[in-house]
Amino acid sequence: MSVLAKGPAQAVGRAALSSLASVGKAGFLALGAVRALRRVRMWLPQLVPHLARIGVASVPIALFIAAFTGVVMALQASYTFTGAIPLYFVGTLVGKTIILELGPVLTGLALSGRVGANIAAELGTMRVTEQVDALETLAYDPVAYLVVPRIIAGAVMFPLVVLLANAMGIVAGWATSLYLLDMSTPEFVKGLRLFFQPWDVWYSAIKSVSFGVTVTSVGCFFGLHTAGGAAGVGRSTTHAVVASSMIILVLDAFWAAVLL
Amino acid sequence: MSIVLKDVHKAFGAKEVLRGFSLEVREGETLSIVGGSGSGKSVALKHIVRLLEPDRGEIWVDGRHVGALSEEDLYALRREVGYVFQFAALFDSMTVAENVGMGLKRIRGMGANDIGRRVADCLRLVDLAGYESRYPSELSGGQKKRAGLARAIATRPKYLLYDEPTTGLDPVTTAVIDGLIVRMRQELGVTGVVITHDMASAFRISDRVAMLHEGRIRFEGTPGEIKATQDPVVKGFIEGRPDLVEATS
Repeated sequence: MSVLAKGPAQAVGRAALSSLASVGKAGFLALGAVRALRRVRMWLPQLVPHLARIGVASVPIALFIAAFTGVVMALQASYTFTGAIPLYFVGTLVGKTIILELGPVLTGLALSGRVGANIAAELGTMRVTEQVDALETLAYDPVAYLVVPRIIAGAVMFPLVVLLANAMGIVAGWATSLYLLDMSTPEFVKGLRLFFQPWDVWYSAIKSVSFGVTVTSVGCFFGLHTAGGAAGVGRSTTHAVVASSMIILVLDAFWAAVLL
Repeated sequence: MSIVLKDVHKAFGAKEVLRGFSLEVREGETLSIVGGSGSGKSVALKHIVRLLEPDRGEIWVDGRHVGALSEEDLYALRREVGYVFQFAALFDSMTVAENVGMGLKRIRGMGANDIGRRVADCLRLVDLAGYESRYPSELSGGQKKRAGLARAIATRPKYLLYDEPTTGLDPVTTAVIDGLIVRMRQELGVTGVVITHDMASAFRISDRVAMLHEGRIRFEGTPGEIKATQDPVVKGFIEGRPDLVEATS
């Protein structure tokens, strides 16, 4: 093999090995998190603060995104339907797209930045300043103390935040229809109820649970595997956001194929 | 022998840090491990509580093979060992009192009042009484190290491991920390292992000194013996004479 060909081949090989190693470490962390569930006394006291930080504090950004998504959905639906389809279908489109897709996915992506980055940066800083080692020397299991409460908080709070965002998106779509599209409330509600099924809400919630677990566990993974000081913390944070965003999109397609 | 490291090897990638490191720490003594920066002193120390695992070799503490301990037995061992980190490693989201009390929460049967009393005692011992509600960001470097020491002694450990406890401190604060290390042995009777490259400090606090060079122990003896040695590497290190070290390589 020529020297020129060897360089890229080695780089690809190294990247492949590194990716495999990361998958192995992620699997190890996942197993560790499941095993650490039994250490209830270690993670339970940490749960409430994380429910607040991951869930309650994320509500404003989720509602903000949902509100403008609802407005845009209503306007775009009306633009698309003009003349061909009855305008009450605006309610159908807003409801269906917000509940099934945009509510969970946009919220998930936004929270991968807000929550995932926060977790990766916090745990990464703890790792490089030896605070994680200090926890271990004090006989704490870092996975039980740091990882488990964050993942549980993500799994519990993401669906609640998404359901609020869904409601906000629909309300914004309704208000837009009322004030900018000259529709009446009965018209909007008629469209909204036309193809609505309770399963849609469950589907949205199930997706959100998986997004919550993804964002928190990926943030924990990159945070705990941080090396290299401040630059390393920056790298971990970026990797956490990029990786969790990609996984969210893959999961989105997966749930659509499996559940719909 | 209370702590024994036998033929420990540890590499990070291609870099071999420990290459047959063997050392025995006796009950009740304070032993300092000296050596140049990056020689693997902290790596050796982390093996004692399994923060790192050796590629080869064994670590024994009080007759227990550290590498073979179950998770629960490892936690039990860690409760007997206090670890003072180089940069204190205080939890920055917690107050000083919460930091010091962290290890105590892991002891069954200790209520909030007991923890509060023990925290106050430990902070008094390191001259930080009144700092309970401060956060680490509000402390000076020396105060952080003392708070780290208070956290390490709070569980009344049998062993204390100090990772460069005086690095980066002014001479007065260094003397204060050295005094505390001596008090820990005299008043609490703990066995101590101190990582340092500050020879003056090592001579003040140690019963014995071991020098780590090229991944293994080059010299082991009392402060008097190390001062008298004619080994050019050891002599070069303690006298700060690179010419002696270079002549051997």
